[in-house]
Amino acid sequence: MQALFGQLLVGLINGSFYALLSLGLAIIFGLLNVVNFAHGAQYMMGAFAAWMAATYLGVGYFWALLLVPAAMGLVGVAVERLLLRRLYGLDNLYGLLLTFGLTLIAEGLFHQAYGNSGSTYPVPAALRGGVNLGFMYLPLYRAWVVVVSVVVCAASWFVIERTKLGAYLRAGTENPRLLQAFGVNVPLMFTLTYGFGVALAAFAGVMAAPVYQVTPLMGSSVIMVVFAVVVIGGMGSIAGSIFTGIGIGLVEGLTRYLYPEASSVVVFVVMALVLLVRPAGLFGRQR
Amino acid sequence: MIEPARPELLRLAGLHAFYGESHVLHGVDFAVSAGELVTLLGRNGSGRTTTLKAILGLVGRRTGSIMVSGHETIGLPTHRIVQLGLGFCPEERGIFASLTAEENLTLPPVVRSGGMSLEEIYEMFPNLRERRRSPGSRLSGGEQQMLAMARILRTGARLLLLDEITEGLAPVIVQALGRAVRALRDRGFTVILVEQNFRFVAPLADRHVLLERGRVVDTITRDELPGKLESLHRFLGV
Repeated sequence: MQALFGQLLVGLINGSFYALLSLGLAIIFGLLNVVNFAHGAQYMMGAFAAWMAATYLGVGYFWALLLVPAAMGLVGVAVERLLLRRLYGLDNLYGLLLTFGLTLIAEGLFHQAYGNSGSTYPVPAALRGGVNLGFMYLPLYRAWVVVVSVVVCAASWFVIERTKLGAYLRAGTENPRLLQAFGVNVPLMFTLTYGFGVALAAFAGVMAAPVYQVTPLMGSSVIMVVFAVVVIGGMGSIAGSIFTGIGIGLVEGLTRYLYPEASSVVVFVVMALVLLVRPAGLFGRQR
Repeated sequence: MIEPARPELLRLAGLHAFYGESHVLHGVDFAVSAGELVTLLGRNGSGRTTTLKAILGLVGRRTGSIMVSGHETIGLPTHRIVQLGLGFCPEERGIFASLTAEENLTLPPVVRSGGMSLEEIYEMFPNLRERRRSPGSRLSGGEQQMLAMARILRTGARLLLLDEITEGLAPVIVQALGRAVRALRDRGFTVILVEQNFRFVAPLADRHVLLERGRVVDTITRDELPGKLESLHRFLGV
């Protein structure tokens, strides 16, 4: 029993990261129609930036949680302004190729500088230790990860579905040209949305730094699953990404308990089944 | 009787527009004064809708001159042009399916003061009040058309570009739209109307601009209309 809950908790943690990452991916794809392949690299850079800030500048975890996403958001703004913007008139394959190239460059640079063995980022003092729930031991930092990512996802959902700003985002996702014909500065929206998506990936990276090893390839290992999550949830669906992210984490955890050999492929089995039954994804609108 | 000259709100001069390789407008020239209701008439493919879209910067490329309230807009991006006080009601209506009726209604940002209040708009289109919480995708064609018109009245836009607003709608709804357009004219809005239904626009318009193959070929004022009806019908092929 202990083992089952242990695996489900690991699944829940992984699911929290899947949700945060697929949320950003879904927002970017929805509005910009760009498959942001660099999302994993941006997550990795978030973790590395937190580690570098702590190692070289003595910046603590909670400051990093604020400053790193802000800085990476600016990087995202620059990437959109200087590179992505030139590709909007073309097939979205070009955006995918560009961001794939950026991923290789970023991973190569970090590999060159730090090798592949990885660095450890300490759990912040305030979140060390854990509580015994009777049926299992719950490390405090893991609980924090789950709670924070649920809060961030819920807040993002609320802003998108229930506010004026979100109405612009939804309208822009349906028809950006028409939204601009109502006087909305859509090019600026594109820039800020990409910046926000990148900031969200970096935020997940900082959150992940104390849980996983900080390595140049940490993004690549997670991004494949995250793409599967986005496809299962329905490309561009916000709620779909959040629920599917957490759900897939739990399914992985359960599989690791029942039949560990299948735990790394179960996501893709689910994806294949969902695509057969509902090609637009669980929460996607059929076109 | 001499009417005081009304200020010019829009002037197109030598306007060319292109979609990719295809050259659609070949030097369109006309002007619209504040408070006027002007229709663009012509057969399919004569460039009426493209003229509206070119004014808004929604075509692939455009050259020439488009002055809006004295500002040259040929080099401006779409949102900046609209912020000079334009409102657009597209032919396909463009109701956002993932937004409720009221979210659609309040979506366009206010560009200047003096727009209609939500209350006034609901008085003009009572159906929309009942349907305010419905998603855009659940509205009937008539409701969508009213919403598409109502949406641009709140923003303070003074120049409304309306594209085929009666297309495919029941006569009772067409009548309601006619009353709405007349009410807008009486409120001092300037309107450019692209319309297939000549009987709908004839009693409303101050002036008809006739387009053929991307050029203006004639202009007919309200007073000249009775004498030119026959040649106009021949021109439109009805």
